[in-house]
Amino acid sequence: MLKIKNLKASLEDEDKQILKGIDLEIGAGEVHAIMGPNGSGKSTLSYVLSGKGGYVVDEGSATLDGADLLDMAPEERAAAGLFLAFQYPVEIPGVGNMTFLRTAVNSQRKARGEDELNAAEFLKLVRIEAKSLKIDAEMLKRPVNVGFSGGEKKRNEILQMAMLAPKMCILDETDSGLDVDAMKLVAEGVNAMRNGKRSFLIITHYQRLLDHIKPDVVHIMANGRIIKSGGPELALEVENNGYADLLNEVA
Amino acid sequence: MEALEDVVKEGVDAETVEAVKGVAGKYKYGFATDIETEYAPLGLNEDIVRLISSKNDEPEWLLEWRLDAYRRWLKLDEPDWAMVNYPKIDFQNIYYYAQPVSMKEKPKSLDEVDPKLLETYAKLGIPLREQALLAGVEMPEGERKVAVDAVFDSVSVGTTFKEELGRAGVIFCSFSEAVKDHPELVRKYLGTVVPSTDNYYATLNSAVFSDGSFVFIPEGVKCPMELSTYFRINAENTGQFERTLIIAEKGAQVSYLEGCTAPQRDTNQLHAAVVEIILLEDADVKYSTVQNWYPGDENGVGGIYNFVTKRADCRGDRSKIMWTQVETGSAITWKYPSCILRGDDSQGEFYSIAIANNYQQADTGTKMIHLGKRTKSRIVSKGISAGHAQNTYRGLVTMHPKATGSRNYTQCDSLLIGNKCGAHTVPYIEVKNNSSRVEHEATTSKVDDDQLFYCLQRGVGEEEAIALIVNGFVKEVLQSLPMEFAMEAQKLVAISLEGSVG
Repeated sequence: MLKIKNLKASLEDEDKQILKGIDLEIGAGEVHAIMGPNGSGKSTLSYVLSGKGGYVVDEGSATLDGADLLDMAPEERAAAGLFLAFQYPVEIPGVGNMTFLRTAVNSQRKARGEDELNAAEFLKLVRIEAKSLKIDAEMLKRPVNVGFSGGEKKRNEILQMAMLAPKMCILDETDSGLDVDAMKLVAEGVNAMRNGKRSFLIITHYQRLLDHIKPDVVHIMANGRIIKSGGPELALEVENNGYADLLNEVA
Repeated sequence: MEALEDVVKEGVDAETVEAVKGVAGKYKYGFATDIETEYAPLGLNEDIVRLISSKNDEPEWLLEWRLDAYRRWLKLDEPDWAMVNYPKIDFQNIYYYAQPVSMKEKPKSLDEVDPKLLETYAKLGIPLREQALLAGVEMPEGERKVAVDAVFDSVSVGTTFKEELGRAGVIFCSFSEAVKDHPELVRKYLGTVVPSTDNYYATLNSAVFSDGSFVFIPEGVKCPMELSTYFRINAENTGQFERTLIIAEKGAQVSYLEGCTAPQRDTNQLHAAVVEIILLEDADVKYSTVQNWYPGDENGVGGIYNFVTKRADCRGDRSKIMWTQVETGSAITWKYPSCILRGDDSQGEFYSIAIANNYQQADTGTKMIHLGKRTKSRIVSKGISAGHAQNTYRGLVTMHPKATGSRNYTQCDSLLIGNKCGAHTVPYIEVKNNSSRVEHEATTSKVDDDQLFYCLQRGVGEEEAIALIVNGFVKEVLQSLPMEFAMEAQKLVAISLEGSVG
């Protein structure tokens, strides 16, 4: 599904390399987690993969089902099936959540040469997905993320993910700022989308999200590189001992 | 879960975004009509004023009124306080009157109008035929009739639904016809809201106005359909000076729409209009404008200079005026639709969207003059600047000593796209009694990279993302427009901002 080879990327404005050679392969249906201390480059990886401005790729490649991601505009990557759940979902005043969702869904369908959903079809889908995430009609009508609580914002991200049905989902610290109940809801939403084909890359600081979303592989990232990969037990090790031992091990 | 209404509304929103995407080209109305045109001699002097007056067969008093204004205008200086820069206008190098030769003999009905003119309006999407009425067909459900007065350069081409309106007692005709058919009304009200001494451009207009629309809604009548005037400048190097007079008697109600476009040319053209609205007790007038004059090209060449004076006088108690404007066109916009809240408990509202892209300059806002007791006003202004444009909100709220217990609320938001444009807010507030309340809120924000990236990551392309964000920003004002107009305006917002990112 997602193949990243020797990916090196820098900040555009400063001559500072953040990603220093990432190698990562995620197969169809797999759930991978990336953990690591602050400033290790986890979020940067998600931005470079999704095409956010302000970064320059120095070297390496990233493909989604064989298609060169780095060669595509951000909206093309989205239409190709790449989804990023933002750590800080952005507010768009005056734009109804439903309008935004439908515009996004239909933009992607159009880009893929599929028929667009009409209002009734769309509404039917939204209702099903919103219900399982406990998102009420009121929240669907409000402007995108404006005045949403932390938990509402993250649930809204998962709703967008469910509606867009991507192949490859990247969740950037989706657990940050969530209480236990909200985290469970989000995790259930993600688990409901696991279908043996769809792949996930979950970026997190803490093991606790991984209690609810069981990863197949856990990677530890530090200083722009993946320094260790292993099974779910690796996350527990970090939880108990912190990153210091792992970092020393590598050094 | 949701009322059907909301579902439909959301659907409409999404469909509008679709429509926005589908619209190609920048300025859709830039074509010129090839039509034989008769001009007054170039430049301005007393003879030109006399000529315009005689073209409309005006009575002596009106000619004197014009000449008085002209003589006064000669002594005035062009105002320079607005935040707009343009080369000095050579008022002697403008034609003050241009009419299609085919309009020399005024057509008695729309059937006699020059097909070229009808074609022009068809191309602009303005219905000049009373199709439904003529064919005896019922209007499709939900669709409302709109009566149109079509002004082409210096003359009114025709007015639709006059008879049907007449049966309700409503007078809707061109200004020149009103002078002939209802001189007593014109004489009673002309210049009583915007006197011929008001300001440089209003004074010029008083001297040389050629045509415009006249509306009279008698006591207690709710106008049975929307009224609208569509202004089209076609002739080159010609100024358009129209005059609109709207009178709403006791308890009368009307919603009036105004639209304007002009051909794409690399020279500037002057448009200086005056609109006067008189509201008696309990009258309710809604005046909406979609101003889409040619804005000039992406390098700031060409475009209309739009210097307009619009004012409503709420003379009667409990009368209510609402101005809504969507200003997307013109190289220069200088316009402050105002409300004189004279009657006790009268209300004034001003909703504005002003978009300036490329090298456009807009200096626009309103004046709320509170004279009566417990008068209320509300101002919501949304300014959007992109490219190298400068956009200024200029407003005055004044509470006179007798306007006790009055209130004003002002909200002024500016949105910047890119880093070469400017937004300015110049609010003047004067309060001369101690029981009135004035609130002012202002924000300035940018369409930031994070918002854009968020949309892109969801698969929404850049132009559409900008349209979505900007339409969200102006939503509050769009909602105050009549439905069909709101859809038009929404499209226009997107088109005006094409090429603003990149």
